[in-house]
Amino acid sequence: MGQMITRIREFMRSGLNPKQGGGSSIRRNSQSFFAVFITSLKSDKLALIGVVLLIFFIFVGIFAEQIAPHGPRDRHYTEDRQIRRLEPPSWEHPFGTTDVGRDIYSQVVLGTRTALIVGFLAALLVTFVGSVVGIISGYFGGVVDTVLMRIVDFFYAIPFIPFVIVLAAVLKPSLWNVILAVSMLSWRTVARIVRSQVLSIAKRPYIKAAKVAGAGHVRIMFKYILPNVIPLVLLEMAFMVNWAITAEASIAFLGFGDPRVTSWGQILHINFVSGYSRAAWWWTIPPGLAIVLLLVSIFFFARSLEAVVDPRLRKR
Amino acid sequence: MLGYIIRRLLIMVLMILLVSTMIFLLFRTMPGDPTASMVDPSIPREARQALLERYGLHESLWTQYAIFMKDLVRLDFGTSYFYNRPVLRVIQDRLPATLILMFTAMLFAYIIGIFGGAWMAWKRGTKLESLGITFSLIFRSAPTFWVGLLVIMFFAVRLGWFPAQGMRSTGYVGNTFREIFLTTDFLRHLVLPAFTAGLYFLATPTLIMRNSMLEVLSEDYIEMAHAKGLRERRVLYRHAARNALLPVVTAGALFIGAAIGGQVLIEVVYSWPGLGREIVQAVTRSDYPLAQGCFIILSTLVMVMNLIADVLYAFLDPRITY
Repeated sequence: MGQMITRIREFMRSGLNPKQGGGSSIRRNSQSFFAVFITSLKSDKLALIGVVLLIFFIFVGIFAEQIAPHGPRDRHYTEDRQIRRLEPPSWEHPFGTTDVGRDIYSQVVLGTRTALIVGFLAALLVTFVGSVVGIISGYFGGVVDTVLMRIVDFFYAIPFIPFVIVLAAVLKPSLWNVILAVSMLSWRTVARIVRSQVLSIAKRPYIKAAKVAGAGHVRIMFKYILPNVIPLVLLEMAFMVNWAITAEASIAFLGFGDPRVTSWGQILHINFVSGYSRAAWWWTIPPGLAIVLLLVSIFFFARSLEAVVDPRLRKR
Repeated sequence: MLGYIIRRLLIMVLMILLVSTMIFLLFRTMPGDPTASMVDPSIPREARQALLERYGLHESLWTQYAIFMKDLVRLDFGTSYFYNRPVLRVIQDRLPATLILMFTAMLFAYIIGIFGGAWMAWKRGTKLESLGITFSLIFRSAPTFWVGLLVIMFFAVRLGWFPAQGMRSTGYVGNTFREIFLTTDFLRHLVLPAFTAGLYFLATPTLIMRNSMLEVLSEDYIEMAHAKGLRERRVLYRHAARNALLPVVTAGALFIGAAIGGQVLIEVVYSWPGLGREIVQAVTRSDYPLAQGCFIILSTLVMVMNLIADVLYAFLDPRITY
């Protein structure tokens, strides 16, 4: 199963790059990672759009409290003390109001921060655990490899959303538990991909040379192998951010998210449960659109990262 | 080959037992009084004790585990608190709905994905291809439940073309499989959820097909076919697409396994009476035996799909040896 997953993954990934082999820059050895990245941005408009959008989202996420005009739970009234129920977009409330008179624009702005926090923290955790397992498994091989890969197989057999639902029932719903749940089931993918990369690196002569020279296992793994895997890991991490954001939104939509934290999924949950998802388009569309834009921007960002990571995608 | 399948089947059984153990421990070792979530703590103590004994919750963890495993082997998942029926019966009622929805959506996604992917490979480097890729990526990024909400809003509420929820119109009672699933009423209810799930699935077969086609199109025999003067369409679909199908087919079975999570969301949005919606409701109602049973069945489904993917792969690609 292992080789198949990596193969499919490769297929999916190269699908991101429509101009296969038509990348961007010439990389001399002296050129830094960053420089290549900038050149690839210049030639790829979609990647540029992605990066600009991503920076915009991060900006909104950091200054969410300053940007949002109202609190997420503030109720708004008209001059004659009537609740502003289900008002379509207006200058005062750019995305309209909910059935109890809350400002949707502010909720969406505040949800940006939640999405980014969950996305990045979970991805960090996942890639860390996944890479460590992958490196150990690929480097030592033998029994260690077999045991670790059987554990990975085990985690592949668990359906994600149902597991998270059960976990949410057992643990208290909180943002940290969501991050934990996402991480628990996602490190396996990274582990598998890193392992297959390490398998080929570990056979190279310089690793043997390092062994002969008396370098310890830990030193070889983290000083000599890890740097070669890092570009791939970074790319995987970008995909994991997307995965985590979608997962968090799904959990919150089902109502198992942290009730105290405003998130895009939670806005949609209330929208759906209240029954107004059938009429109040201004309530349904913005949070979902925000998710799509954020994910697509990360995809395009990852695509430009990919040109840096994979020399085959660059023009020689 | 046969030996390989048997070995894999044995591993699968072991995995199911492991997953069941995990879910058993998850429910039994949760913080606080684990019985509180299974038997209402506010009822009188004697009644509560009686209930605990009836469900066997007063025994030690080990005894409970032994009983749990023994029942599991006999496919006895206990009794649902909410329905007051055996869990297995409830699951039996829900499973067909889930499977039908899933396979319809897969079929939809695969037919469009295979032809679309082949076409995109043919048009590689053009604006149309970038457009195709961008669209499949957007549908892949859009959360399924959100797309579902929009589809309901537009096709069911605004246009009124199809019903928005459930599996049959109110008042319709069917008893046999035929009466429930082989009616036009059912098919009308199936359209929107299958469409939504299909849109989400679409990206995988499309992109894999495209890349696989790109590989195949550079082979010598394609050039040969061109040299023979065959028409483009014939080369594309008769010569190239056939050989490009392999990774798409195998990815499919694997993907179904991964797609079960998304299925839960679609079932909730469309109030589709399947396993996914049942597990959400069971957890909300603290109906733990039912949640447990649904979870074990869903994981088994994932494992069976993974197994089918592996066997298909080994069967279709003679280069793979096990």
